[in-house]
Amino acid sequence: MSLALIAALPFLGALLPGLLIRSGRTACAMVTGSVTALALLGILLHAPAVLRGEVIQTRIEWLPALGLNANFFLDGLGLLFTGLILGIGLLIILYARFYLSSKDPMGQFYSYLMLFQGAMVGIVLSDNILLLLIFWELTSLSSFLLIGYWKHLPEGRQGARMALAVTGAGGLAMIGGMLILGNIVGSYDLTVILTQKEAIQASEWYLPALILILLGCFTKSAQFPFHFWLPHAMAAPTPVSAYLHSATMVKAGLFLMARMWPVLAGTPEWFYLVATAGLITMVLGAVIGVFKDDLKALLAFSTVSHLGLITMLLGFGTKAAATVAVFHILNHATFKAALFMSAGIVDHEAHTRDIKRLGGLRKLMPVTFAIVCIAALSMAGIPPLNGFLSKELMLTEAVETPWAGNAWILPALATIGALFSVAYSFRLIAHVFLGPVRDDYPHKPHDPGFGMWAAPAFLALLVVLIGLMPMTFAGDLVRATASAVIGEPAYVNIYHWHGFVPALFLSLLAVGGGLVVLGLHPRLEAGWNAVPRPEAKAIFDGLVEPFARLSRRVTDWLHDGRIAGYFAIATVAIVAAGYYAWSSTTAGVVTRDLTPIAPVAAVGWLLLMGCTGALFFIHRSRLVTLVVLGVVGLMVSVGFAYLSAPDLALTQISVEVATIILLLLALNFLPKADAEKITAGRGFRDLVVAGAAGLGAGALVYALMMRDFFFPTISDFHLANSYIGGGGTNVVNVILVDFRGYDTFGEIIVLGIAGLLIYALAEALLRGGPANDRLLSWVPDQKRAGDRHPLMLVIATRVMLPVALLVAVFIFLRGHNMPGGGFISGLVAAIALVMQYMASGYGWTAARQRVDYHAMIGWGVTIAALCGVGSWLAGRPFLTSAFGYVHPPVIEKFEIATAAIFDLGVFLTVVGAVMLALASLSRFAVRAGETVNTAPFDIRPDQSPASVAKEGH
Amino acid sequence: MNHWIIAPVILPAMLAPFIVLAMRHDLGLQRIFSTLGTAALVAISAGLLVMSHGNPPETYFLGNWDAPFGIVLVLDKLAATMVLLTAVLALMVQLYAIGSGWDARGKHFHALFQFQLMGVCGAFLTGDAFNLFVFFEVLLIASYGLMIHGGGGARLKAGVQYVAYNLLGSTLFLFALATIYATTGTLNMADLAVKAGQLAAEDAALLRVGAVLLLLVFAVKGALVPLQFWLPATYALAPGPVAALFAIMTKVGAYAVIRFYTLIFPDGATSTGMLYSELLMPAALVTLALGAVGVLGASGLARQVAFAGIASMGTLFIAVAAFTPQGIAAALYYAVHSTIATALLFLVVDLVRARRDSDTLDSTLPRFGQSGLLAALFFGGAIAMAGMPPLSGFLGKLLVMDATRGDQMALIWGVILVSSLLIVVGFARAGSTVFWKCHAVSEPAEPQSRPDLLAFAMVFAMLAALVGLTLAAGPLMGWFDTVAEELFARSPYIDSVLAPREE
Repeated sequence: MSLALIAALPFLGALLPGLLIRSGRTACAMVTGSVTALALLGILLHAPAVLRGEVIQTRIEWLPALGLNANFFLDGLGLLFTGLILGIGLLIILYARFYLSSKDPMGQFYSYLMLFQGAMVGIVLSDNILLLLIFWELTSLSSFLLIGYWKHLPEGRQGARMALAVTGAGGLAMIGGMLILGNIVGSYDLTVILTQKEAIQASEWYLPALILILLGCFTKSAQFPFHFWLPHAMAAPTPVSAYLHSATMVKAGLFLMARMWPVLAGTPEWFYLVATAGLITMVLGAVIGVFKDDLKALLAFSTVSHLGLITMLLGFGTKAAATVAVFHILNHATFKAALFMSAGIVDHEAHTRDIKRLGGLRKLMPVTFAIVCIAALSMAGIPPLNGFLSKELMLTEAVETPWAGNAWILPALATIGALFSVAYSFRLIAHVFLGPVRDDYPHKPHDPGFGMWAAPAFLALLVVLIGLMPMTFAGDLVRATASAVIGEPAYVNIYHWHGFVPALFLSLLAVGGGLVVLGLHPRLEAGWNAVPRPEAKAIFDGLVEPFARLSRRVTDWLHDGRIAGYFAIATVAIVAAGYYAWSSTTAGVVTRDLTPIAPVAAVGWLLLMGCTGALFFIHRSRLVTLVVLGVVGLMVSVGFAYLSAPDLALTQISVEVATIILLLLALNFLPKADAEKITAGRGFRDLVVAGAAGLGAGALVYALMMRDFFFPTISDFHLANSYIGGGGTNVVNVILVDFRGYDTFGEIIVLGIAGLLIYALAEALLRGGPANDRLLSWVPDQKRAGDRHPLMLVIATRVMLPVALLVAVFIFLRGHNMPGGGFISGLVAAIALVMQYMASGYGWTAARQRVDYHAMIGWGVTIAALCGVGSWLAGRPFLTSAFGYVHPPVIEKFEIATAAIFDLGVFLTVVGAVMLALASLSRFAVRAGETVNTAPFDIRPDQSPASVAKEGH
Repeated sequence: MNHWIIAPVILPAMLAPFIVLAMRHDLGLQRIFSTLGTAALVAISAGLLVMSHGNPPETYFLGNWDAPFGIVLVLDKLAATMVLLTAVLALMVQLYAIGSGWDARGKHFHALFQFQLMGVCGAFLTGDAFNLFVFFEVLLIASYGLMIHGGGGARLKAGVQYVAYNLLGSTLFLFALATIYATTGTLNMADLAVKAGQLAAEDAALLRVGAVLLLLVFAVKGALVPLQFWLPATYALAPGPVAALFAIMTKVGAYAVIRFYTLIFPDGATSTGMLYSELLMPAALVTLALGAVGVLGASGLARQVAFAGIASMGTLFIAVAAFTPQGIAAALYYAVHSTIATALLFLVVDLVRARRDSDTLDSTLPRFGQSGLLAALFFGGAIAMAGMPPLSGFLGKLLVMDATRGDQMALIWGVILVSSLLIVVGFARAGSTVFWKCHAVSEPAEPQSRPDLLAFAMVFAMLAALVGLTLAAGPLMGWFDTVAEELFARSPYIDSVLAPREE
């Protein structure tokens, strides 16, 4: 079976349980188990070849640009781990079927479990470190889901988050390490990397890479000082603890250290980092484990301790030690998984895992007792079980390894670790199973059905078999694995009796000492409890919670919703960046002289400056601000006219009129003053920032105007071709409708959207809510005019209307050759219409002018677009213009240009948008209680005011 | 003359007024036509992408005026890619809006939506700097309309800030264009590239000012620190589908940076110096860090996603700031990923909000309908967004890191990795509060009468798109490599615009 398929099988299998749970729990478990069994079968078929020393490979290209490929390989190390993952996985699936209660969503559980299984298989089969990283992080994610499986338990949620944070952080560090490693070697393929020991260890990046990779390994394998998450992960259901936190996931770190052993190990850095961390972890975990009353916590710390042991062995950097490490990985997996499952059985049957509430279960649960005995004795290292074999070998290695020149520190500490290991193992047996039967169990315990103890019993059987006949049952596997780890054929010969060597005495010492510790346990425990210890969870929370709070404070402080602050920061950034760019080089020579200042220009300049400066003092009053803005706008128009840009002047002035009118109407229903008080400090800050921006902009414009263009400009072409190519002598208009008609097309759409938007906004505001309420209870805050529709104004606007419209038509028609055009003409027409509404009232006017402004915008844009599309018929690009001259009788010859059609679109859109805005504003007025007038004036000379008012309602 | 190039602009530009004219009182008709239009846009842009494959950039001279005197559209591989991405995202978002009923909560949703598409596509296709400004305006005003769709006090307030802040950007854009025009006398991008290349270094200060101001304009759009302030409130308070669509808007900023700084202001050129990488890289790093801190500190789900969006822009700009073909290719892959991932998460958050009536993370609310399914979707989206395996975010992150090897490696990688951790922790906290903690509080809520199937289907479609992005990473990167190559070659683009045309 292809390795890629084997790795993919659990992932595919993850889809099944979620569905098949509908067919029942047993069916669900069986299908899940079959998938795992199938994958295991696939591996076993490769086993003979691997045991012969062959390496099986599968290569699939995935992302060659990055060097990330779905390459898999199976060697001895991979075989051991896939065997563990899939084999124990199978047992766990069986066990979980009986462990989970009917209230737990079992389909979900199996799905998560299979996801995790796939990730693990992926890690151990990957031949590409980037691929390995993917699976690595996937184990963190899937274990997050598994630990948090009981969503209602706070310990589950917190444990899940803690595990994710710690292992996730390690994983991220490892990404860095792996990328550095790939950088050194030039390939991300493990089979290549493993051949590059010299290059890697000689590189200056060796130490950073090593530290980063070890961070990943240590966090995953719960090595000191990252061991604290593992006990909290025990909030997970027991099958998860047995699977992830004893047999597989926590061994991923060990796996990786073993995998990288050939290229990373053997240096002093490696030795002191790895062996030391392992040593500390081993002793610390064992000591804490003795004092845990929760069965699973005890096992968790014993796991921490044993992982430390294996880490230490790998850290020694010798081939013999690495071989022992491999052997202990196998042994630990067998006895620890059995113990976890047994702890689950006790919990399941007695409804407690508190050792203080247990005892005497020997008689009530004989089968469980037998299993625990075998496994715990093996854990304690009692001959002839498998734990004894590897522990003896470990002590042998420790004796032979000096630490910083000191020969006794390693064996001494290793013995202490072993001693406490014996103590908690015996305690497990003694305090849970031995002693008198109690009558105060939360639930009367008895042995579970076969289905539940089958899995641990099988593992206990392995413990015995490997213990009795190590070479028969594990020899080949350990040899193949060790060969893969050390990169050359390993010599493996495991036997029980080594003679009277130091290891034997240390072992005896450990057993004896362990028994003493157990005997003194009550007194030691009192002492242990009296000593204050750092609580890992408190420290972790103490780090994460304040940081999260700080994050929130910083984020909310920065993004406090005050736009003035945002603008200030943006302005400072703009000025600073602009200055930085300016000062990075020179701007060339000044090529123009300063023109003399004409008196008219000076007056205009003073007005502009005065108005702008006045804003600083009066901007709290919005109405006055508007007036001042009007002055600024008019001065800009005058400026355009003064600088011989009549088109711009016309546009500016009509835009100015239309916007000021609309703004005034809108302001009618808004507060007239800005009430926000600012401190003097902030006022000064704003002054400085705004001043810098203004001076910067002025300096930029000055610098630009004092220099000629560095290159000939495109406007020369526009001037030359306006009449010949565009058929118009008004270059500005030809630019607008022809050279750059596409820009205009975009801009009228902006205008059209604005109209629609104002309409939609009004609709939303008037649909109910605070704005609507405010309008409904609106009390005018300004003095009302006595006469809403003064006679003189009404008459004047009516007289003006045809004139104004004629002017609009005139401006429209002359636009192509003289100042004017659709845009200005539209504004003029719109202003004329707006005047009607203002003078005679919305209701009266609307009744006489049944144009739908939505449609006007729609038509405007459509006509402009159609005019553009029309040129496709002539095989020309969008908006290609055509023009010709006609000579009708009587009148002079005139020009017909397609650009005029486009201009008509512009005209319609402008009028529609302005009028739709007006219509929307008038809806506010109606909502605010303004009466809708049907008569042209409120005061009619021929009627009394009272009757008019009545008519108005 | 290939008129299809302008179709992504003209189609929505004509469809929108048609919707306003003919069917503004009939939502059903609007939905049909608008969806058909967007689907057609997908088809057209796919066709354009195929067309751009293996061909030099193709040009479209509006009004039949030669460059640089008129406006020219340029379809190169980058533009084609971005337009297709826009169309695909838009189709999914639109169907979601229909499925969730968002389009019925205010007026003119579909018209504004089409105008928005016109603006985005126009920005991608144009070869003219001023025309880019025009399309920035189109997409700004349309997006403002979409953002305040449905109304509500907080949303309107955020809308005002959004439009005000972006008008600041527009003003700055005009300053930048004026500066650039006053130095070079042209607005055509290809022509600018030529002129900028000819300007002597000692004359270049003003051009550099223009270039840097432009960079800031694009930084506003791309939410680059310190110009990101408009984004969190806007995205958090916009209607869900609109926020999802906005995922492409920040990419417009990124696109413009890539376009201008590969074509006109390449790093190390005499006229431009090293300004962009000097400014862009630190800003990008801070953006990523600030986004990550925001994810951890966010008080609501939507705000959290918004900050994750900022962080992803940081990552994207880091890749851009490398200014190598490899970096740009990585940035493009990451851009596609981040667009879809951000949109996905906003839609999931929208579904949650519709059921939970709140997206706050501070309090525990009772269980809500479909919380299991939504939890799974949120998990998937968060994985993608945080750049965890197995989704495309992880590949994107690796690509970005791979592209930033070199002197600053330790700093850049450190920021990327630590930020990833903050984002992971932030999402884990939020998810466990919203989706897990409620189990401790209450029994399962009554399932919603009918889950909005179309809405869920679109969320799944986005998730599937991310999976596809992951699996097809190899061929996709092959494509992005050619895109980046074409950008860095520069001459194909310039020649296609400025070479004399045969009629």
